[in-house]
Amino acid sequence: MNETLFQILVIVGVLLGTVSLAAALIYVERKMLAVWQQRLGPNRVGPFGIFQVLADMIKIFFKEDWIPPFVDKKVFILAPTIIMLTVLMSFAIIPFAPGVVVADLNIGLLFFFAMSSLGAYTIVLAGWSSNNKYSLLGGVRGAAQMISYEVFMGLSLMGVIIQTGSFNMTDIVNAQKDVWFVVPQFIGFVIFMIAGIAETHRLPFDLPEAESELISGFHSEYSGMKFGMFFVGEYLGITLVSCLITVLFFGGWLGPSFLPPFIWFIIKMFCFILFFVLLRATLPRPRYDQLMSYGWKLLLPLALLNVLITGAIVLSAQ
Amino acid sequence: MSGYTDIIEKIQNQFPDAIVYQQPTYDEFPTLWIGKDSIVKVLGFLKKDTALRFSQLFDLSAIDEQARNNRQGQPASKFTVVYLLLSYSRNQFLRLKVALDSDKPSAPSVTSVWPSANWYEREVYDMFGINFEGHPNLRRILMPGYWKGHPLQKAHPARATEMGQFKMPEEQMLEQQDILQFKPEEWGLKSQSANNEDFMFLNLGPQHPGTHGILRLILQMDGESIVNIVPDIGFHHRGAEKMGERQSWHTYIPYTDRVEYLSGVMNNLPYVMTVEKMGGIDVPDRAKVIRIMLCELFRISSHLVWYGTFAQDLGMMTPVFLTFYDRERLFTIIEAICGDRMHPNWFRIGGVAQDLPVGWEKLVADFVNYFPPRLKEYDKMVMKNQIFKARTKGIGVYNTEEAIEWNVTGIGLRATGLEWDFRKKQPYSGYDQFDFEIPVAVNGDCYDRALLHVEEMRQSIRIIEQCLKNMPSGPYKSHNALTTPPDKKHTMYDIETLINHFVNVTWGPVIPAGEAFCNVEASKGNNGYYLISDGSTMSYRTRIRTPSFPHIQFVPQYSKGYTIADLMAILGSVDFVLSDIDR
Repeated sequence: MNETLFQILVIVGVLLGTVSLAAALIYVERKMLAVWQQRLGPNRVGPFGIFQVLADMIKIFFKEDWIPPFVDKKVFILAPTIIMLTVLMSFAIIPFAPGVVVADLNIGLLFFFAMSSLGAYTIVLAGWSSNNKYSLLGGVRGAAQMISYEVFMGLSLMGVIIQTGSFNMTDIVNAQKDVWFVVPQFIGFVIFMIAGIAETHRLPFDLPEAESELISGFHSEYSGMKFGMFFVGEYLGITLVSCLITVLFFGGWLGPSFLPPFIWFIIKMFCFILFFVLLRATLPRPRYDQLMSYGWKLLLPLALLNVLITGAIVLSAQ
Repeated sequence: MSGYTDIIEKIQNQFPDAIVYQQPTYDEFPTLWIGKDSIVKVLGFLKKDTALRFSQLFDLSAIDEQARNNRQGQPASKFTVVYLLLSYSRNQFLRLKVALDSDKPSAPSVTSVWPSANWYEREVYDMFGINFEGHPNLRRILMPGYWKGHPLQKAHPARATEMGQFKMPEEQMLEQQDILQFKPEEWGLKSQSANNEDFMFLNLGPQHPGTHGILRLILQMDGESIVNIVPDIGFHHRGAEKMGERQSWHTYIPYTDRVEYLSGVMNNLPYVMTVEKMGGIDVPDRAKVIRIMLCELFRISSHLVWYGTFAQDLGMMTPVFLTFYDRERLFTIIEAICGDRMHPNWFRIGGVAQDLPVGWEKLVADFVNYFPPRLKEYDKMVMKNQIFKARTKGIGVYNTEEAIEWNVTGIGLRATGLEWDFRKKQPYSGYDQFDFEIPVAVNGDCYDRALLHVEEMRQSIRIIEQCLKNMPSGPYKSHNALTTPPDKKHTMYDIETLINHFVNVTWGPVIPAGEAFCNVEASKGNNGYYLISDGSTMSYRTRIRTPSFPHIQFVPQYSKGYTIADLMAILGSVDFVLSDIDR
């Protein structure tokens, strides 16, 4: 009985925690960008502007839920829910601390891949149903980008899986007791991180949105809470990728015992989130074809090489 | 400048009857009236002749002569078309005029000689109703398609109150919307490719973050690559030239500020220089150096806006905030000197409005020390970034010949390898006294244009530093009677001066009849004013030659085959301002 209660607590905690974290990230990102851009950032609502998130939420919830008359209504409504759904589902496999995991699946990583593949639908459907040329271009770009970067994402993690011998996330963390996978799997880490940014389509890989070219691309026509769902979905995506990097390459909750495991996890995760924000503040956006050729001509061979070498070393060690 | 007798001789040898009249002007450009029938041949000859090489059609405009009193023996004409040519090899301007003396004026089109005449002729048609025979697509360019009349004709009202009440019933609105509907066939574009695939027509603008203003580009696309572009301008048209005809010489200065709204007082300069040329006003040295210093401050300010927004066009978030921060610091200096930030309206006919304030040296010196390290930082962040290079190198390439053919000036021209800067070639306002370099690049692509913007800022800092060290003392305004506002020193002692002062303050100065053109190396290219005085307190015709107009006309020529993302890089690197295109 107690175990069930604990499990329910974990589920509710993860759900509420991640969603409110994603909301809080709006503030974190705006404030950090401001610091790096010689500005003040939000500072009107509450001390240091910390209630800005609240104000934003109230505003976005009370905005008119408007659907343009020329869109494909059903698909238009469906599209933003997919990204929320798939990203939230992915959080189920993340072990935040020993035993604190929604579903300790033995196919954990595969489940994540499945969910992130489904996430591509949100861009394609939003871009298509908006019935707008800019949205369509964004949707087409997004589909191509996400599908190709998924390939390298999967391949980049093969090294980790070979070394652990399991898809289970808890096993992966436990396998890093001696040395974090970022050391033996450095190439895999770099590729996973790049692919992760591409999957969450953030700058520098925000081609489906490309504000200065496509005017927000696939979500041009969205407003109110439907737009908010894309927005929160994006921040959830960053959190998810940061969590995964922590679990797969930086030993998850592992760390010196003066802090509890859960805190270690959070600290590591936040470092990566901030790194993503910093990237956004620094880099320009490559062109669409440059992004694609970079992926297929550089990342794919590198990822394959990584799998080959890891496999060979593991085999020879047996 | 070399003499021009050989030009006239050559034209007379080649076309004995072509030259109708030689007109003296204040700017001392050779000004020849050519017969309507031989103008195309003469222009073609001037362009091709190896000794003359008037290879650039610098400006094409027209004059409605019907209300003019002091024509000073010029041939009879109701409408006059004016061609201003520039020869790079001779470093010389040449003005040709064609008299059109009928009620339905019509001139031969020179698009066969210069393709860049296309938009200029459309503008003249739009503004004056002059028909151009043989023009490929003669339609309105600045005014909306439903406009009645031709605004720059003297008969057209200049004030809204003369035009009757404004009404917009629904059917009229629908009709006007219908006119804005893009029909590819009107522009000679096909809706389908050779293998029966539909092209996509993408309407980019007038409201689009990448166009930096209300510019509409219609893209004919095959997938993501651009097949053709049709620019649609005129959304920012405010009738600056028409306003010039009802403002006194002095009160027009604030309007010039807004013609290229990022460069503030740099727009005042060609205007006041033209008026000074006509009035024979000598500007004191101190005023000249103050003018140069403010112009260079505004050049940096304009380039900073360009730097930030160009980086943003390529997806970089941060530079725009940093460069605008620097621009704010610049504005602090400008505000201390002029009392205003973006449009200080600071230059006056014969000088500047006031002397420099106490303590200006410290403000300027602080900036001169502060700015170069910041530029280095931006270099690291933007110019040396690999993605930035990948996005700009080899994109939007054209060579010097094409640039001259399409009337490209300024950085766009220097990026192709031609070292041409009017501050050096035809020094004005005392630029010859300064030590600075003209940055030149060779590839003519987006990256080179970006590089030149950055280098120009460094050179501007050098010029400002020299202004700071060598600011001459003396009056900041000329003692000439036409100076505005006039000198008041002697008014209480001398009735003649008092009368002059009274007239000049109440009506404004009367500039002697005649015409002149003055041209400066502005931040976006060459900005020039061609003014005609009819011997009154107002200009008879104000023609503003702006650089962005031909630059945007040229964009479709070298943007074909690229993607939308590249187009954003190209548009950013061209560095245009909508108010500078539409006036």
